[in-house]
Amino acid sequence: MTDVTAAVATETPTKGVRRIRVPQKLRNLELFLIILVCAFNAFAVVLVQFGALGYADSTVVYLGAGLSILVFGMHIALRFVATNADPFILPIAALLNGIGIAMIYRIDIAEKLTGWESTAVRQVVWTAVAVAISIAVILVIRNHRVLQRYTYIAMLVAAVLLLLPMLPGIGQEINGARVWIHVGSFSFQPGEVAKIALAVFFAGYLVSRRDSLSMVGTKFLGMRFPRARDLGPILVLWALSMSVIIFQRDLGTALLYFGLFVVMIYVATGRASWVVLGVGLFLAGGVLAGQVLTYVNDRFTNWFDAFNPANYEAVGGSYQLVQGLFGLASGGMIGTGLGQGRPDITPLAQSDYIIASLGEELGLAGMFAVLALYLLFIARGFRISFAGQDDFGRLLGVGLSFTVALQCFIVIGGVTRVIPLTGLTTPFMAAGGSSLVANWIIVALLLRLSDTVRNQPRLVI
Amino acid sequence: MTRELKRVSVVVFLMFLTLFVSTTIIQYFQAGNLDGDARNARSIYASYDTERGPILVDGQPIALSVPTTDEFKYQRTYPAGPLYSAVTGYYTLGQGSSQIEQSLNDYLSGTSESQFLDYLNRLVTGQNPQGASVELTIDPVLQQTAYDALGDQRGAVVAIEPATGRILAMVSKPDYDPNSLAVHDTQQVIDTYDTLLAADGDPLINKSINALYPPGSTFKIVTTAAAVQTAGLGVDHTEPNLARLPLPGSSNTVSNAGGGTCGGGDTTTIATAFVLSCNIPMAELGMEIGEGALGDMADSFGFGAELAVPMDVSASLYPRGLDDAQVALSAFGQGSDVATPLQIALLSAAVANGGTLMTPTLVDEIRAPDLSVLESFEAKELGTPLSSVTASTLSALMVDAVESGAGTNARIDGVSVAGKTGTAENGEGDPYTLWFTGFAPADNPRVAVAVVVEDGGGLGQDGTGNEVAAPIAQRVLEAGLSR
Repeated sequence: MTDVTAAVATETPTKGVRRIRVPQKLRNLELFLIILVCAFNAFAVVLVQFGALGYADSTVVYLGAGLSILVFGMHIALRFVATNADPFILPIAALLNGIGIAMIYRIDIAEKLTGWESTAVRQVVWTAVAVAISIAVILVIRNHRVLQRYTYIAMLVAAVLLLLPMLPGIGQEINGARVWIHVGSFSFQPGEVAKIALAVFFAGYLVSRRDSLSMVGTKFLGMRFPRARDLGPILVLWALSMSVIIFQRDLGTALLYFGLFVVMIYVATGRASWVVLGVGLFLAGGVLAGQVLTYVNDRFTNWFDAFNPANYEAVGGSYQLVQGLFGLASGGMIGTGLGQGRPDITPLAQSDYIIASLGEELGLAGMFAVLALYLLFIARGFRISFAGQDDFGRLLGVGLSFTVALQCFIVIGGVTRVIPLTGLTTPFMAAGGSSLVANWIIVALLLRLSDTVRNQPRLVI
Repeated sequence: MTRELKRVSVVVFLMFLTLFVSTTIIQYFQAGNLDGDARNARSIYASYDTERGPILVDGQPIALSVPTTDEFKYQRTYPAGPLYSAVTGYYTLGQGSSQIEQSLNDYLSGTSESQFLDYLNRLVTGQNPQGASVELTIDPVLQQTAYDALGDQRGAVVAIEPATGRILAMVSKPDYDPNSLAVHDTQQVIDTYDTLLAADGDPLINKSINALYPPGSTFKIVTTAAAVQTAGLGVDHTEPNLARLPLPGSSNTVSNAGGGTCGGGDTTTIATAFVLSCNIPMAELGMEIGEGALGDMADSFGFGAELAVPMDVSASLYPRGLDDAQVALSAFGQGSDVATPLQIALLSAAVANGGTLMTPTLVDEIRAPDLSVLESFEAKELGTPLSSVTASTLSALMVDAVESGAGTNARIDGVSVAGKTGTAENGEGDPYTLWFTGFAPADNPRVAVAVVVEDGGGLGQDGTGNEVAAPIAQRVLEAGLSR
């Protein structure tokens, strides 16, 4: 732990250094932002009603209230157990979640879904569950270093969660991907939660092994490559990702796990050779999968030549991708207005394609705003890593933030034809409980990390 | 670790920059292309929400959208049925459109550049977009007269105001009822369309601007104009008066319409040849002044030009690189020159307007839903094919042709009418194409007209322009006098 900042910080918190902001002020700022966000979320629901129905009714109360009450609950919890936590993370997550609910509700109206059929109602319930779990996490985990003790248990949890959908009986295949478990009337995607367990495992593992992974190795092409025996972890992860591609038929999740690992190992060891190895391995695996597995090959064909009528009309072809592009285009600069577009034409407009629905009704302006919100959220996460004292916390912070960033890139990049389309959820916005729970746990962990960072005597960040 | 974090931050920033760029490309730069894709159901749905603007003639709608209770919200209606089918064209849901409905679609649907602010305003205030209204230059009386006068004949009538270029009447037959294509049952639309497409006489084609016919003797206006203005010959310039003219380098001969010579005597003048519409002297004159003079004159009348009224007009053609025999034939509108009825009306319009040709158009005014004027008619010169002297020379010849020559059926009591007939051959044994073009009153022209009747007016090779086309033109010109 030869971190310069840390060394300086512990030794000389001297003149010229601003005093840390008073904790209560941080929380008051957060409260102010949350009030704004809740008002904005309710306003979005009302706009949807006026746009799509022509009148407003009491739906706004239960759609808005579920999220608002629990977010205020979380805020109160923070005032007691994490007074120094970052004041922006919670409002941004709440805002993205609220915009998502408004958009899901909008599609419900178009598809005439009401009551328990309504995806928006279920999303509100899931949000309540997710935020409640998030509050529980912030209450239970008072010091993030505790997590380091459970490094290998985290690995086990991740492995079990990943394997669950493969179990007969509870595993379920939806839209060609076997990433769901099904208990009673609830579906859950354990892979979403597995990414957190993986981030914890990577952080713990890399902190203990970084020296052997970074110091020794053979030099080749100006880069120090690891010894064969140190290649173990990356090969295991690569095999894991490939098995996700092959057995669960889920390209996006595989990319997410592997990208997460490569970035964390790079940050831990500072060795670019890991990145070269990782990217090379994944590309090789991806190309091989493209040759062998038809669904991977189809994804690439649909991406390259989306507008070709043969691909457009094929089953599992580029219909969804192209319709999403049409939706975005019809939104243009300022969008059609909430409730006034036709986002329901695109398949999966509430889940995988919620970002295209949003771009259609809120336009390029709305897309930029949402992208900026994600970027801000991720920036707050990275800030923790920059300022953190312990390497485990720093690694965990960058890992969790980076999963959100990479997931945004994979989904939105897929929708906007930057990369082939894969089925992942847009964090906080897409309909789906597992994704909400996972991302709200990330919120809790980032808040906990940011509180720890500020709680120690050090330079102001 | 901090160095690595910085690099990863840069990577994250680049990833998001990519997304900012990709969304901008799709939602701004490619939006137009994507909106225009035939598979884009959103563009079609969006057009349902718009109250498409009406097309007006003299303030009365000839095409309008009335609210309905079905999902398409509005029904396009054409109150006059087939009367204006050549002008309005048809408008279907997702199966295309034609004529004004097509060429002014941006305005009618409210998506033109000049309506952008209005569109934004309606978006913000939550009103459904509304299209602009298009007022046409058509005169309802002339249109009805031309429509009735043409009757069941196949062909077209175009009437123009010579001083401005306003198109006063535009009829094409056979016609169709655009209401039959405006129904909301897609299969029914497709069936009707296929029937019309296969129907005899191509009802879906606007013959007044998109059918090319051999101009026949109406082209003698161009030949005479070229002789007088370009070659500097007087109308008393003489040509040998033959009963049969062998074409150079060919065994074919040219004869006059009556079979004999052109009046009495060994020679005949340009004036006599024009008034009596003789082919031989015109053929001789054509070979004398040459393809260059004929072609340049034809082009200055608008041949070879791509006009839009605002529908695209097929370009009439006087071809180049002809041999002497072809030049001889072209001088009286046979051989390879072809013209639209609108083009033939422009010949008369230019003569009537003292030699200045005005740009023809159908659009008088385009008004936004708030009645502000988006586009208004402005008379524009297309060119000056004739000097005023040549124009009055030709006008006098055309008056003589109606008073005492080949076009007597266009006479109107008490009014001097100028005109030129045409009876164009289409091939061995095929029925003739019958023409009349002219204007009235000759001393103060209000209307110029061109009439074409296909299939020899049902008379095979026995019909003439004077017999079939001139009476139709006469009725239109007479109706125009009261304007």
